[in-house]
Amino acid sequence: MEGKIETQTMDAMPEGKEGSSVKIKVLFFARARDLTGLSEMPMEVSSGSSAHDCLNDLVAKFPSLEEIRGCLVLALNEEYTTESAIVGDKDELAIIPPISGG
Amino acid sequence: MESNGRDAFRILHELDSLRAAKADIDSRISALEAELHHATLQNGVVPNGSSPVISTAIDSLLSDHHDHNLTPEMIHRYSRHLLLPSFGVQAQSNLLNSSVLVVGAGGLGSPALLYLAACGVGRLGIVDHDVVELNNMHRQIIHTEAFIGRPKVKSAAAACRSVNSTVQIVEHQEALRTSNALEIFSKYDVIVDATDNAPSRYMISDCCVVLGKPLVSGAALGLEGQLTVYNYNGGPCYRCLFPTPPPTTACQRCADSGVLGVVPGIIGCLQALEAIKIASVVGEPLSGRMLLFDALAARIRIVKIRGRSSECEVCGEKSTFTQQQFREFDYEKFTQSPLSPSPLKLNLLQADSRISSKAYHDRVANGEAHVLVDVRPAHHFKIVSLPKSLNIPLPSLEARLPEISSALKEEEERKGAGSDLSAQLYVICRRGNDSQRAVQSLHKMGFTSARDIVGGLESWAQDVDPNFPTY
Ligand SMILES: [Zn+2]
Repeated sequence: MEGKIETQTMDAMPEGKEGSSVKIKVLFFARARDLTGLSEMPMEVSSGSSAHDCLNDLVAKFPSLEEIRGCLVLALNEEYTTESAIVGDKDELAIIPPISGG
Repeated sequence: MESNGRDAFRILHELDSLRAAKADIDSRISALEAELHHATLQNGVVPNGSSPVISTAIDSLLSDHHDHNLTPEMIHRYSRHLLLPSFGVQAQSNLLNSSVLVVGAGGLGSPALLYLAACGVGRLGIVDHDVVELNNMHRQIIHTEAFIGRPKVKSAAAACRSVNSTVQIVEHQEALRTSNALEIFSKYDVIVDATDNAPSRYMISDCCVVLGKPLVSGAALGLEGQLTVYNYNGGPCYRCLFPTPPPTTACQRCADSGVLGVVPGIIGCLQALEAIKIASVVGEPLSGRMLLFDALAARIRIVKIRGRSSECEVCGEKSTFTQQQFREFDYEKFTQSPLSPSPLKLNLLQADSRISSKAYHDRVANGEAHVLVDVRPAHHFKIVSLPKSLNIPLPSLEARLPEISSALKEEEERKGAGSDLSAQLYVICRRGNDSQRAVQSLHKMGFTSARDIVGGLESWAQDVDPNFPTY
């Protein structure tokens, strides 16, 4: 019950104080690694940001990521997530496109 | 010469006497075995028989005393499995009664097939339509040099039989299509996807959903690998995870991007492991989880993936995907890539903007003033290149135009010595696709006479210099 009350209180407040942000780590796999040239990258987003917002930021930074945007698995802290999930401080967001080779 | 003859005579004589001694020892071994055989029959003692003579003799004894169907030879062959408390007689018996189909006898399929044959799967099917090539050998360890040019299925089947002649090996020497997949898959309990292209992966997953078969899916490229089990215990299918196929540009192949041989080897071994777990009904198969292998960082991550999607077009609640629809589905159109990946052959240019490798060779031989730009990536250029070619990788072409201009000018000065001769500009790449793209942009940027060499370095090797290395 307590959890519920807390959530409601949070919802009643304006989302994320101005200027507050969270630091996350983005992990790139397979084609995402080729396109960005990175295997991981720290990223700062405003608190309350969703995985979707993070992806938008990433595509803005690396436009070629658009190529795989429609075909990837997102994992937040090693668990499947949807784009609507809110990222928290120190979270790990993994971007996993499929590999076809063999 | 004389002493050589004497040596040969001495050696032949010694060989004769050794052979005689060996025959004597063999007959004494047989006599002792027979004696032991009688002794065990009388005393009811079961030796841990390594001799086939004894094993066959005590078959009846074993079948009388145990409630499993393992023959003495099986007990001996699989003894290390039987000794595992968490595997044992039950799991081995399950394995021996199971059938596994491996689609693809390449980098993933090689170790998967060898382990599946060795471990005692009852029936093991192999699907492949390719032939063994020299540039397969660094990773497709099931094949030997003697099989180069021959079907991979034949080669893989021979290797599996030589590892374990008691396993039934079934050869499906054909490309997997919607027309034959249902019939082939329906004969097996577990399917292993060891293919190398997107349309096959969708087709195999859909076929497994339609037939209700567990699918052990592995993939490897470069220095990374992925592994998961689809369509098992309420877990997702391939389409639940990837409802939209990747764009063709994102579908890389080992033939283009390269792969460290041992990487598919590791994933293929893990595929064998997952198939063994499912077939023998032990442990927790990798369903609802995906293993990500990063060879360079020496790191394995296991990520929880989504469960079955109720929205999935093939396995979802509302789905009505039937065998008939499967047969009619166009996987090549769906993924916009061919089921049997062959090198892309673009045709972007007019004929007068192209030149054959032979014609180019003749012009070079005639001393024509020209510049040859090689637009392959730098690490390709390091493997092999034509003499005096200038390496400007395609992505940096625009930024490095001044280099081309000055190379042309230099060549004109060198050859022309004052006359207003203009040097020709040729572009080459590995297979003749990127060279066309490069010539297209060169035309736009004012180099209107630029031409590409049809078929690239591969055609050079084929039509001009057979000793030129191909990769
Ligand atoms: Zn599905």
